[in-house]
Amino acid sequence: MINNSKNKKNNRPCRSMLYIPGDSPGMIQNAPVFGADSILLDLEDAIAASEKDAARKMVRSFLRSFDFGDLIVTVRINGADTEYFKKDLMDIVPCRPDAVRLPKCSSPEDVISADSLISEIELESGIPVGCVQLHAMLETALGIENAYQIAIASPRVSALTLGGQDLTADMGVQKTRDGWELFYARSRVVLAARAAKISAFDTVWADINDPDGLFKESKQIVELGFTGKAAIHPSQIEVIHRAYRPDPKELAKSQRIVEAAKEAAREGKGVISVGGRMVDAPVAARAENLVAVASLYDYEEESPV
Amino acid sequence: MIARTASAGSLESSDCLVTVTPSESFELDYAGANKKLFLKRTEGVARQVLAEYSVENARLHIQDQGALEATLRARIETALERAMENLGS
Repeated sequence: MINNSKNKKNNRPCRSMLYIPGDSPGMIQNAPVFGADSILLDLEDAIAASEKDAARKMVRSFLRSFDFGDLIVTVRINGADTEYFKKDLMDIVPCRPDAVRLPKCSSPEDVISADSLISEIELESGIPVGCVQLHAMLETALGIENAYQIAIASPRVSALTLGGQDLTADMGVQKTRDGWELFYARSRVVLAARAAKISAFDTVWADINDPDGLFKESKQIVELGFTGKAAIHPSQIEVIHRAYRPDPKELAKSQRIVEAAKEAAREGKGVISVGGRMVDAPVAARAENLVAVASLYDYEEESPV
Repeated sequence: MIARTASAGSLESSDCLVTVTPSESFELDYAGANKKLFLKRTEGVARQVLAEYSVENARLHIQDQGALEATLRARIETALERAMENLGS
């Protein structure tokens, strides 16, 4: 029953997720040309109360008839504490987006109640139960503390995502350029997501006129272990992708390790060695990850080191 | 049925502004840069959406700024639902 092409799509890396207001047809129709790995069609914060109905209809109409190509398409719905929540799910779920992003998840119960409603809608509209994934957005102090329980609350949860704006407000602090106030929350989200074997997405960089700040923060979250980061403007996509791009020297080293590991496996050796030096298994695993990420980039213009 | 006049959409590029008004018959008033090319498509979509809502008679004014069919459909649906909305009167 499960649609293979969608599965394949969900195994693709998802470094960048571009927010697009659900009520902006001009931006939605251009989504495939921005170069993002995925898009987040927004029904929540980007949409005024008077246009909630219009955005819901617009997103539904595009999901039904528009070809988004390879893009992973996620819809951010309004929170369970709003009058729009149920309508959003009823209109959006039958159109089978890759995932819905559920804001303000503070407890496993928040996930469980959304999950059962989504299952009901899937059943009624005759699509496989479980086909629409759920991205749990953690943006309260309580949500961060419950991160792992939220991650494992339902097999539908395929990602944890950090909402930095609301979280810093809830913590009573300012969001700073260096981002120390989010350091623990970020680490917590990554560990919970990795423990549950799901993706971890970082919050947005709000200042679109500061690409250097965005690059620095992106580097930081790549190093912390996030699988992707949200963007609020198309110009931010390239910056985020650049932060995920492995260093050519590191890549060359990793390629040698991966080659050596293959050779060791071929020859039935238990030990991997590069240039006469032994390589530990976790080092080989990291090298393999890095080579996989590097396959998304074009290194031809540079001379190999 | 259609209880009042209601609009949806905008005059931004790639969008359209749809206004639905109560009427005795189906009327379409289409304004756009390429009327020759898009009038037929627009009428087709409009009639289809009206049929889905079991509405026979309505007057639609559509100012088309180069909307895709997906956009046109969403705007007509929104305007129609707003015009049909029961405000509790």
